Amino acid sequence: MAQVPGLIKGLGVTFGEMVKTLKPDSRGGGPVTVDYPHVKEDPAPRARGVIALHEENCTSCMLCSRECPDWCIYIEAHKYLAPPRREGGKPRQKNALDRFDIDYSLCMYCGICVEVCPFDALFWSPEYEYSEPRIADLLHDKSRLGQWMETVPDFESYEAGSEQKVKKVPS
Amino acid sequence: MTHVLSSIDLAYWQSTLIKLIVAAILVPTTALILGIVFLFKVMSWMQSRKGPQEAGPRGLLQLLADGAKFVQKEDLIPDKADRFVFKTAPLVVLMSTLLLYVVLPASQHLVIEDLDVGIFYALAVSSLSVIGILMAGWASANKYSLMGALRAGGQLIAYELPMVLAVVGVVIQAGTLSLNGIVQAQANGAIFGFSALGNPFILTQFVGFFIFLAAVQAELTQTPFDMPVAESEIVGGYQVEYSGFRFLFFFLAEFATAFVFAGIAATLFLGGYWFPGVDTSSNIYWILGPAVLFTKIMAVAFLIFWVRFTYPRFREDQLQAFAWKWLIPIALVNILATGILKVVF
Repeated sequence: MAQVPGLIKGLGVTFGEMVKTLKPDSRGGGPVTVDYPHVKEDPAPRARGVIALHEENCTSCMLCSRECPDWCIYIEAHKYLAPPRREGGKPRQKNALDRFDIDYSLCMYCGICVEVCPFDALFWSPEYEYSEPRIADLLHDKSRLGQWMETVPDFESYEAGSEQKVKKVPS
Repeated sequence: MTHVLSSIDLAYWQSTLIKLIVAAILVPTTALILGIVFLFKVMSWMQSRKGPQEAGPRGLLQLLADGAKFVQKEDLIPDKADRFVFKTAPLVVLMSTLLLYVVLPASQHLVIEDLDVGIFYALAVSSLSVIGILMAGWASANKYSLMGALRAGGQLIAYELPMVLAVVGVVIQAGTLSLNGIVQAQANGAIFGFSALGNPFILTQFVGFFIFLAAVQAELTQTPFDMPVAESEIVGGYQVEYSGFRFLFFFLAEFATAFVFAGIAATLFLGGYWFPGVDTSSNIYWILGPAVLFTKIMAVAFLIFWVRFTYPRFREDQLQAFAWKWLIPIALVNILATGILKVVF
């Protein structure tokens, strides 16, 4: 019999929730959901929607590809000799990125690639509307990944006094 | 209107045909109404959602669309299944529901068959569904199905008793087994000489009402008594192997049975089709009766589904203990008290 007050309270919770859902929005009611296709959901600015690539920063070091738990990042690159920085110096060896693909049909949005990138080439973007009728179209190449950079929100600065720790700033 | 109707003299087969058609239309319609209003809408509201929005005005046609989808689906039968029994089981379950509609009076004459032992008949045919469920579980040749069916069997037998015992109190008070008679007993009754409201038996038999609703919940295998179909442990119990329109039959039977049990509860405890202040033999009940009964049914169904959407599932032993240790003793005491009071007053 000790459970009876709790049971009644539970009924009250569901009934109260129903009343709250049916109340018009203007009086603090309404459901917590939105009519998605008609009304767009507004995700949090740092939400993990899609991964964007800042191609200039990428050195094809392959760290993201190797750390990826389900191996959904494909990188191909070739080496070339860049002119020396100073007169009479040796030509520098650099990596040129040929292919950088992320297969979003495999990606599990863990964000390890973003964390592991030492050169700030990968960023989270809150965009979430990129479903495709064909699964093969979920493979985003480097130009598509580069377009997502426009949707990456500006970095919010740290609290006062901790500016020296700020490292990752999308440029 | 009674005059007009009684002047039409139908042959037995004609009236039977009409009654069959009415029952065949009523069962899916009522199941649809309960499904849309409670399963889709009220459940969504209680979970702070809006529910289906796209199909039809405010999403009210969603269940019809789902029904059409079920009919299109492939009718799968497991290789090792007992094919004949497998195919018949949903029909047996649905048959029990159809038979229940026979005695529910929507007004004094608006009843498919006004039996003198109406409530006894209703309780008897409602237990037929156990046979269908056991058939489904056994014929599926699947251990989850079999476990679900055995759980359902144990549960339905355990809760059949408190249900019958809860009804006995009403029957003692009304002095009749006929559902029409029970409605009239409530309409003609009086509370301490005050007769404007009649005497709905929920006032004197509220213990019986509570036990009846709890037992109905268990008979419908709805949460918190949904051990037989527990998705998270036996993935749907006896329904595991059913697909397409055979699954639709189980679904229809569940919701139509919920409707008719709500109707029986409304008739037994809330005065059925009777509206306070209007005599039960009045002609207006041809229209008013179904409307009043429907309103009362929706009220009772709201209670049933409210509980369903609120509580988590009972464990198997808790479920049995609740029936045998609480409901049945309370129902027995209720009968004793009702009998004594009946003799005293």
